Amino acid sequence: MTQFVIRRLILSVFIILGVSVIVFMLMHMAPGDPVRVVAGLDAPPEVVEAIRQEWGFDQPLYTQYLRWLRRAARLDFGRSAITGETVAYSIMSRLPNTIKLNLSAYAFALLVGIPLGIVSALKHYSTVDYVATVGALVGISMPSFWLGLILIIIFSVNLGWLPSFGAGTLAHYVLPTLALGTAQVALLMRVSRSSMLEVMQKDYIRTARSKGLGERLVIYKHMLKNAAIPVVTVIGFRLAYVVGGSVIIETVFSWPGIGRLAVNSLHSRDYFVTQGVVFLSSLCIVLVNLLVDVSYAFLDPRVRYS
Amino acid sequence: MKKQGKGQFSGSTESWIHRAWRRFLRHRLAVGAAVVIGLLYLVAVFAPWLAPYDPIDDIFVTRRLDGPSLQHPFGVDEVGRDLLSRVIWGSRISLTVGFVAASISLVLGVTFGALAGYFGGVIDTVIMRIVDLLMAIPPILLIIAVVAALGPSFTNVIIVIGATGWTQYARVTRGEFVSLREEEFVESARALGSKTTRIVFYHILPNCLAPIIVLATLNVATAVLIETSLSFLGFGVQPPVASWGNILTPGRQYLRHAPHIATIPGIAISITVLAFNLAGDGLRDALDPKMDV
Repeated sequence: MTQFVIRRLILSVFIILGVSVIVFMLMHMAPGDPVRVVAGLDAPPEVVEAIRQEWGFDQPLYTQYLRWLRRAARLDFGRSAITGETVAYSIMSRLPNTIKLNLSAYAFALLVGIPLGIVSALKHYSTVDYVATVGALVGISMPSFWLGLILIIIFSVNLGWLPSFGAGTLAHYVLPTLALGTAQVALLMRVSRSSMLEVMQKDYIRTARSKGLGERLVIYKHMLKNAAIPVVTVIGFRLAYVVGGSVIIETVFSWPGIGRLAVNSLHSRDYFVTQGVVFLSSLCIVLVNLLVDVSYAFLDPRVRYS
Repeated sequence: MKKQGKGQFSGSTESWIHRAWRRFLRHRLAVGAAVVIGLLYLVAVFAPWLAPYDPIDDIFVTRRLDGPSLQHPFGVDEVGRDLLSRVIWGSRISLTVGFVAASISLVLGVTFGALAGYFGGVIDTVIMRIVDLLMAIPPILLIIAVVAALGPSFTNVIIVIGATGWTQYARVTRGEFVSLREEEFVESARALGSKTTRIVFYHILPNCLAPIIVLATLNVATAVLIETSLSFLGFGVQPPVASWGNILTPGRQYLRHAPHIATIPGIAISITVLAFNLAGDGLRDALDPKMDV
């Protein structure tokens, strides 16, 4: 077990290092002098020179990278070329909004998607199943930003019930949650349905029925428990996206989170900000995946040896 | 009990492809989806003849923001251009990006997955760590950031979506290769002195085509969604060239007075993505119901 955790930990460190190389290279991918890129296109020469000194742009690439990495390890990603705020501050002041929105969509997906999948499986080939299955496919196929626009047209513009931009009150959460969560509802519904269908054909279910167990008990005690494993996997890995999963929806609803911050920074070529957001949201994915894997190894000993 | 299908008990003379084809045809929704995909590609190919007006140069200033009418069935956009013509021309962008990007991902993923699965060892470790790395960055964020850095253009969008979307293929292909390389028919081919390339292309690869075909179909749907998202955010195909995503962008400003601009292109996107998803589901059921993709 300890060996598994250590191996998994080392792997995560390497992945984070790999991510840092990609994130660092982002500003070098853009055409032109990287200093001018990060300083902003109309920065005065003395500012450009200061940044060149500060980040060591006159040094070879690997020295630059190490310098960047040392600062990134302390969550220092420099300052925004547009606002002058530190990137860490820009991100931290918006991060709670992003997490809250994503958790809200996540909860919506769990509360609707899983029960829907279970009912669909229990009533296999019924109208409910058919409608839910096709509905889930439609839900996965609609672009989330378009669904957001449709929701705004219906509920904000025409009915005037709900606000269409900004964050603040609970009402602000409704439309972005629906737009962001619908695809996740559909995904969870599909996973829990197929998982249930598989469990329902198992021999131990037939055994449970044949020994005279009530249908309710069969469902609760034998089916749900066994069908939960793949569902929990999906739930675990979805949690990794609470930071980086709402880039487009935040833009549609002018949500004051880090997704919108990232899009705005890309539009204004504010590279330090982009780097900070990409690095942080990747860090979140790596950490959550690590936690999920380790807790899996605790719960299911088979995982450790594969 | 479900009624037994006709092809169920046919003799072994019937080929695998033939049986899969029959099973696919029984899946009515999937067949419908395949027909829709065919029609969409016809629209894209014959766009210059189907579009009633020029998507960029025909501007009806007096009809700006007009809703659907007989003359303009999809309405008019904020510049005064016929929306039907722009949606028809936009299909070329989305369908090309979807097909080409998915093809790039397929070639990369199958190649890397085959290398990793067949040779194992260091090659396997290196390739699978690259997969882990690519999966650690939120896909949309990675794609937007790289496209924005390289400069938004049709070609860059295709290349970046293709170059980042191959991880699933690599995982599936690797898994198939790992289990197939120890099979007896591969062992005997090796013992008979077959070259590695022959073993890979002639003996192993044909046996893992089923999941790859299904993945590719679903991958086109994902690529179309990503392209439209990129274009919507302004990092994809640039105006005045019409793409389903960038038609929606100005539509955001006219949700009250001209909601058709923000509505109609999205329906086109949804139908396209749904058709590929349905076809992919149908293919999975037809080729191998137990498949895990």
